[in-house]
Amino acid sequence: MANAAAHTGHHDAHDHHMPSFFSRWFLSTNHKDIGTLYLLFAFCAGIMGAFLSFGIRMEMEEPGLQYFANPGTYNVFVTGHGLIMVFFMVMPALIGGFGNWFVPLMIGAPDMAFPRMNNISFWLTVAGFCSLVCSLFVEGAPGSNGAGTGWTVYPPLSSAGHPGPAVDFAIFALHLSGAGSILGAINFITTILNMRAPGMTLHKMPLFAWSMLVTAFLLLLSLPVLAGAITMLLTDRNFGTTFFDPAGGGDPILYQHLFWFFGHPEVYIMILPAFGIVSHIISTFSRKPVFGYLAMAYAMVAIGVVGFVVWAHHMYTVGLSLQTQSYFVFATMVIAVPTGVKIFSWIATMWGGSIRFTAAMHWAVGFIFLFTVGGVTGVVLANSAVDKYLHDTYYVVAHFHYVLSLGAVFIIFAGVYYWFPKMTGHIIPEWAGKLHFWLAFIGANVLFFPMHFLGLAGMPRRYADYPEAFAGWHKVSTWGGHIFALGMVVFFIGVVIALRSSRRAADNPWGEGATTLEWTLSSPPPFHQFETLPRIVDAPGHH
Amino acid sequence: MTDRRQDQPHATRPNKAGVTAIACAGLVFGMIGLAFASVPLYNMFCKATGYDGTPRTGLAPTAAALDDSMVVHFDTNVSSGLPWRFQAESQNVEVRIGETKTVFFRVKNTGTTPSTGIATYNVQPGLMGGFFVKVQCFCFNEQTLQPGETMDFPVVFYVDPDVRKDPNTAHLAEMTLSYTYFASKNGQPTAALATTGGTGTKSNF
Repeated sequence: MANAAAHTGHHDAHDHHMPSFFSRWFLSTNHKDIGTLYLLFAFCAGIMGAFLSFGIRMEMEEPGLQYFANPGTYNVFVTGHGLIMVFFMVMPALIGGFGNWFVPLMIGAPDMAFPRMNNISFWLTVAGFCSLVCSLFVEGAPGSNGAGTGWTVYPPLSSAGHPGPAVDFAIFALHLSGAGSILGAINFITTILNMRAPGMTLHKMPLFAWSMLVTAFLLLLSLPVLAGAITMLLTDRNFGTTFFDPAGGGDPILYQHLFWFFGHPEVYIMILPAFGIVSHIISTFSRKPVFGYLAMAYAMVAIGVVGFVVWAHHMYTVGLSLQTQSYFVFATMVIAVPTGVKIFSWIATMWGGSIRFTAAMHWAVGFIFLFTVGGVTGVVLANSAVDKYLHDTYYVVAHFHYVLSLGAVFIIFAGVYYWFPKMTGHIIPEWAGKLHFWLAFIGANVLFFPMHFLGLAGMPRRYADYPEAFAGWHKVSTWGGHIFALGMVVFFIGVVIALRSSRRAADNPWGEGATTLEWTLSSPPPFHQFETLPRIVDAPGHH
Repeated sequence: MTDRRQDQPHATRPNKAGVTAIACAGLVFGMIGLAFASVPLYNMFCKATGYDGTPRTGLAPTAAALDDSMVVHFDTNVSSGLPWRFQAESQNVEVRIGETKTVFFRVKNTGTTPSTGIATYNVQPGLMGGFFVKVQCFCFNEQTLQPGETMDFPVVFYVDPDVRKDPNTAHLAEMTLSYTYFASKNGQPTAALATTGGTGTKSNF
């Protein structure tokens, strides 16, 4: 692995010289510092996204308009919540944050392949977020501020329906963060393909690195399509083209095809890194190597590949022919197979293991349960006949919050509890992690499970008001939101306690189950690691 | 296999990371290109297959007419911003399958200035797109009407006899042909229309 060393040799020449505060955090080229920046950014954006969702839940607590005089503003909250959580919370946390921190550590690399490009990726994401925040304060729909288009930004609502510049700012936000993500993806692929430690073949690579490799390819193939689609939307809005305007021969349905060609892989982009993390946590706290390692890795590849050919299951109601619908129903259900391989392999990993129910393990096991619930409702929605009835109802809202809010977000917290000692050298008290888990688990279920009932009863998405008949479950749902929010308070208390306490984490606080390379380093790891590359011997535990 | 690559000395594989990154960047630009290429491809695909209610255009029928008929309903719309009145001479006609039929549509400019419009069209159910063939249509070109002027425009069409061979459409007894008039931009055909000769339009509300 002489190349990798040669590539990053000039970094090592710094000889652990610590840069000043400004150049360390603003001009950073260190993968761990950039990972930290991504995580901090994701938590800030997440708080903002959570406040928007709080606005949504407050309004939906009772029928009638309580907080939003203009229902359009409610839709701006819904749109902002969706875009922030997808592009500026989950993706930066899982990919930019944990990916940057742990991919180089796990594969035994000194840093990412292109450290400066890594820095650009991060700041492009921040710039995108600023653009999105700007869009909240400029005119969108006539007479109100902000883009109320939903995160899907469908025309004609986003073109003829929003003459003001808010949608332009939102599109620009997606362009910037998309460019950042593409650069990040190129960086991950190059790092993983070229900079693994000697002896670490792809088939010995930890599953989190595998998940990041698949995710990076999904980003590379799907984000340019989104960029193309929203560029066409931008020129339709501002330069008189008619890509999506029937008046000039365009077709708004084409936008939906392009958007979902990106949008469906995007949901796997959000969940695959979580799959990687949960594998390590389950394996660590069961003190067993992960069950069916190769099947686990290739299940992720299969999910990624099949994820590109199922997009139209988001648009069963646009008038697809019966054959087309049948194909998309079938292809969608096929994804349940590799997903099932993963779920059962996690359970098989725990089976017969000596399980320790640490805070991180609580979150990981909770994730398996909740993700399975979301997966099952996903199979329900995959049926085009059923989906005609459930399309754009709260059933869909419940489904994607179970797989994302309770799936991806639970694993973000699992990852924090698992790797916090490694990243900071401090230990979050176990009671805080467990209390946070139970509040979040109960809160999220109370919050989202009733939405299945609301959707089956016909409650549509993206409406600020609803008939009296839906009031009961909406109220329950809002209580769940409060419980979840209380859990967040516990989390921040836990972090503050950890950072203020003098207890220091051991290099490997989790004991013999933690076999990946990051646990061979100090906690926190040195500013530059692996100046002598680790050599991977053929040991079965290195998964 | 990756193992072997990595064990080779540095000199034989200069700047391997750069090559990977350039390949990735190529992939990105390829996908951007595909996204834009999808616009004409989607149009061509719809026209070639009649996908999603895009009617075919063609010459007179080649197969003999069947002893079977179908009711064709007409739906006429005018987008806001174009002060036109637009309706078919009758709400529907019954046509023998395979028989060429002419139907007139009446358009009146109720505004005070001359205006130019172009109609987009599609058929419902969408499955009929591949079997509904237009021989002549006012929607292939744009029209300019003086204030108060009334014009009758013909549509010449037939239903392809193959419609009875496709199990999805064999049972259909009725279909709808829908038109929507849009103001032509600045009295000029838009770029999309100019390049496709005015036939590549498709409305899908």
